[in-house]
Amino acid sequence: MSSIKKLMYVNRKAPHGTVYALESLEVVLIGAAFDQDISLAFIDDGVYQIVKGQDPTDTGIKNFAPTYKALGDYDVKKMYVDKESLEERGLTQDDLMDLVWEDEDDDWAEKPSIHLVSRSELGDLLDDSDVLFNF
Amino acid sequence: MATLHTVNKSPFDKNSLQICLSLAKDGSGILLIEDGVYAATKGTKFSAEVEDAMKNHKVYALESDLSMRGVINKVIDGVEVVDYAGFVDLTAEYSKVQSWL
Amino acid sequence: MKYGIMVSEGPYTHQASDSAYFFTKAALDKGHEVFRVFFYHDGVNNGTRLTTPPQDDRHIVNRWADLAKEHDLDLVLCVAAAQRRGIADADESKRNGKDADNMQEGFRISGLGQLIEAGIQCDRMVVFGD
Repeated sequence: MSSIKKLMYVNRKAPHGTVYALESLEVVLIGAAFDQDISLAFIDDGVYQIVKGQDPTDTGIKNFAPTYKALGDYDVKKMYVDKESLEERGLTQDDLMDLVWEDEDDDWAEKPSIHLVSRSELGDLLDDSDVLFNF
Repeated sequence: MATLHTVNKSPFDKNSLQICLSLAKDGSGILLIEDGVYAATKGTKFSAEVEDAMKNHKVYALESDLSMRGVINKVIDGVEVVDYAGFVDLTAEYSKVQSWL
Repeated sequence: MKYGIMVSEGPYTHQASDSAYFFTKAALDKGHEVFRVFFYHDGVNNGTRLTTPPQDDRHIVNRWADLAKEHDLDLVLCVAAAQRRGIADADESKRNGKDADNMQEGFRISGLGQLIEAGIQCDRMVVFGD
C-alpha cells in the first residue's frame, strides 16, 4: 500500500476575472477521488473565491461558488484562509461562505472547514505539505 | 526538509515576492526566475528587503533570465546565480517547490 | 529523482512554457526521470500543430514535440481545458462534432487525474505558470 501524500492547492487569484479559480476547483474535485490528504490555501485575492453572495447571473459566467460547499462531501475539509489577506481586503470570516464537513466519527456533527491562519502558520502548512499545486 | 520557493514576477508588478518573504521559513531557498530576477538587482526599492531575506534564506537567481533582461551585472552581492542545471539541483536539494506566480 | 511538470500558460504570451521546457531538458540531461509534463489552463495551447511563429523565433510547440520524441516524454493536455480552448485530437474532434482537429503529434489528451497521479507518483512537482 503506497503512503498517502499531503497535497495542497494554493489559490491567490480572484474568481471570474481569470479562469484560475474555476479550473483549480476542478482539480480539487478530481483529486478528491485519489484518497490523499488534501488542503486548500486561500491567500491574497484568492480569499475572494469563497466570499458569500457571488452572483454572476445575467453574465453567462458560471456560478461555481456553490461547488465549494460540496467539498465537505468529498472529504476535502481543510481550507486555510490567510488572515492578513482578509484584513487587507476589509473582510472577516463572516464574509466567507459557511463551508462545513460532517464528521462521521462524531455522529456526523457539522464542523467548519475554514480555518483562519497567520502568515507564519501558513508557512508551516506549506512546509508540511508534500506536493504544492499553484494556480 | 526545507522548501524551495520560486518567484517569477517582478516585485514592481505583483506582490508575489512579498508574500513569499512574509512566510518562507528560515533555511528555505528562494529562487528568482523570469521577471522575478529584477528583485535580485542592486539599487531598487526592494534590494534592502532581499538583502535582509538573505540573512535567513539562500537567495538564487536564474542566469539566463538575468542575461536576457540585461541585468546580469547588477546582481546583489550574495545572490547565487544558477543555470537550469543548478535549478534542477536545487529542486532535488530542497524537499519540494512552491511556485509563487 | 522523478519529476512531474505542470505548464499552466500557452506559448509566447508567457515565459512559463519556455522555462518549463529548459527545466525539463536540464532534468533529463542530468539523468532524472520526467514522469509527465501536464498542460493545464492556457497551457493546452502548447499542443496545437497550427502555430507558425516567425522564422527567427523559437518554435515552442515543435520544441516540446522533439524533446518528447527524443526522450519518450509523456506530454498530456488536460481534456477539460483543451475542450474550452479548442484543442482537439481526432477522437475528441469526432466525439464533439467538430469539423477539424489540431493536436500536435507527440502530445495526448487526458483527464486531470493524470496531473494528480503525477503529484502522487513523483518525487518533485514543479509548476510553471503566471
